[in-house]
Amino acid sequence: MKYLHLIWSSLRRKKLRTLLTVLSVLVAFLLFGYLAAIEEALGQGVSVAGADRLVVRHKVSIVQLLPVSYKERMARIPGVSDVAHATWFGGIYQDPKNFFAQHPVEPERFLSLYPEFILPEDQKKKWLETRTGAVVGRKTAQKYGWKIGDRIPIQATIWEKTGRDKSWEFDLVGIYDGAKTGTDTTTFLFRYDYFDETRAFAKGTVGWYIVRVEDPDRAVEVAAAIDTEFANSPAETKAETELAFVQGFAKQVGNIGAIMIAILSAVFFTILLVAGNTMAQAVRERTEELGVLKAMGFTNAQMLGLVLAESCFLSVLGGCLGLGVAWLLIAGGDPTRGAFPMFHFPTQKIVTGVFLTAALGLAAGILPALQAMRLRIADALRRM
Amino acid sequence: MSDSLLVRVEQVEKVFRRGSEEIHVLQGLNLEVAKGEFLALMGPSGSGKSTLLNLIGGLDRPTRGLVAIGGERVDELSDRRLAGWRARHIGFVFQLYNLLPVLTAERNVELPLLLTPLSKSERRKHVATALQVVGLSHRTKHYPRQLSGGEQQRVGIARAIVTDPTLLLCDEPTGDLDRKSGDEILNLLQALNQQHGKSIVMVTHDPHASARASRTVYLNKGQLSTVMPE
Repeated sequence: MKYLHLIWSSLRRKKLRTLLTVLSVLVAFLLFGYLAAIEEALGQGVSVAGADRLVVRHKVSIVQLLPVSYKERMARIPGVSDVAHATWFGGIYQDPKNFFAQHPVEPERFLSLYPEFILPEDQKKKWLETRTGAVVGRKTAQKYGWKIGDRIPIQATIWEKTGRDKSWEFDLVGIYDGAKTGTDTTTFLFRYDYFDETRAFAKGTVGWYIVRVEDPDRAVEVAAAIDTEFANSPAETKAETELAFVQGFAKQVGNIGAIMIAILSAVFFTILLVAGNTMAQAVRERTEELGVLKAMGFTNAQMLGLVLAESCFLSVLGGCLGLGVAWLLIAGGDPTRGAFPMFHFPTQKIVTGVFLTAALGLAAGILPALQAMRLRIADALRRM
Repeated sequence: MSDSLLVRVEQVEKVFRRGSEEIHVLQGLNLEVAKGEFLALMGPSGSGKSTLLNLIGGLDRPTRGLVAIGGERVDELSDRRLAGWRARHIGFVFQLYNLLPVLTAERNVELPLLLTPLSKSERRKHVATALQVVGLSHRTKHYPRQLSGGEQQRVGIARAIVTDPTLLLCDEPTGDLDRKSGDEILNLLQALNQQHGKSIVMVTHDPHASARASRTVYLNKGQLSTVMPE
């Protein structure tokens, strides 16, 4: 602590250079934070996917529908403990930019399969009593200022009502919360029975099934049994674990992790050069002063420590400011206005970021620090 | 060895290499400085005065020979122990003061004390005393750029004496000052020697400065003598 003033004074020597270096590091870590949130959002659900849940979709594509009658047959397959289904509705609320997922579901079955959606008991009861009832996640409710009792108009893009009417209206009877940080609380859920009776076509079909297996270790085996059950039927299935399903979705966008690492590597390499150059210049300019410090009795290890501390101070200051700004921007909400329902800065990435700030400081400062450590006093003083 | 002997330099040689060329700066040099002595070391440029001062101060090592201060073989200490030894026993005063421009006078004087286990308040007391000794108690919060050359050198001297070292090594302490400021610095060094008992070895070109010392030796072509070379 007693050297803090010395370190701080050294950084104040060239204020503009210090400021620009801190800003460079800040931008790098802002980018790190934002990309981490985007990666998390694109791989949405991977971290919260249920280990005991399977997703069963049409073998050809998820846009192909499956008969609702499959539910009973699936429930009879050994190893299956519960079955629910959902369908993509794809409606618009007021403006196409206002994106959030909407699914017609069977309330009890669906909530049973997704215990991470926390819906108060009285609201659940009301939903079961109200055919046009719908529930929505807290995030979407807050975003549009919805409250229980509101009537929510949704314009269909796929599912016309009989009479070519595209206007659907739902009574908001509940608002659910997520049990974990990463739980998606943007989805709008309404009753499948109302949907199926009211839609103009494709009655008796669903988008996909969600199946709970009794033993997660036998998930692959049960998935194979489901696919075998519906083999050679008009609507063959593809069953897979929820994790594999979500990862498959993420992979459609591309190998996000690799893209992120490539971008960040380039950014951090550049910042390493910037910060390293700052420290190298700082040491070069102060050769005589460092010589004087050594003449006073500062040891080689202390010189190494002083320069490294200076470098780490710069990096940690800029990095933590960058992570802080990233956190504020991410907390401000999904920049796509709905495409990333789980847009948040994962704690693990924040911790990684903080460690990276220190690592960057060490990497940028190590060569100048070694130079300062190896400095021969007599040579340094001869330069005076 | 006599108890009154502080510095013993015996058969010291210092050879620098420049490419394949060897430059013999000091050649079998012997020097003794007694405790409480104020020694002036004179000689032409390039005669090896600063090199000898560096060897006595443990900033460099001799190619051959021994350097002992207070009975301790400085030339045999490891780098780490040598640094600790310098912190305890040596105070340096440089020609160009070499203050850290980003630190105030008191912070500059405090620097050597950072290497001691003293608390912040103890360090503050020592700094105040050192600045009082050099007559700069009223300039503690000033940065070097706000001080005259003479005042900066006083801060440099305060920094050198703040740890109460065994030996003060001054390399041309008045070389960058006008006559009046130079005289003030010499008065201060003389007072430190006579009133506070500080042993001083001072390198200088200036006969006016060497006249203040209790003894003067001349270095020429790597050899010491008590007679000024022609």
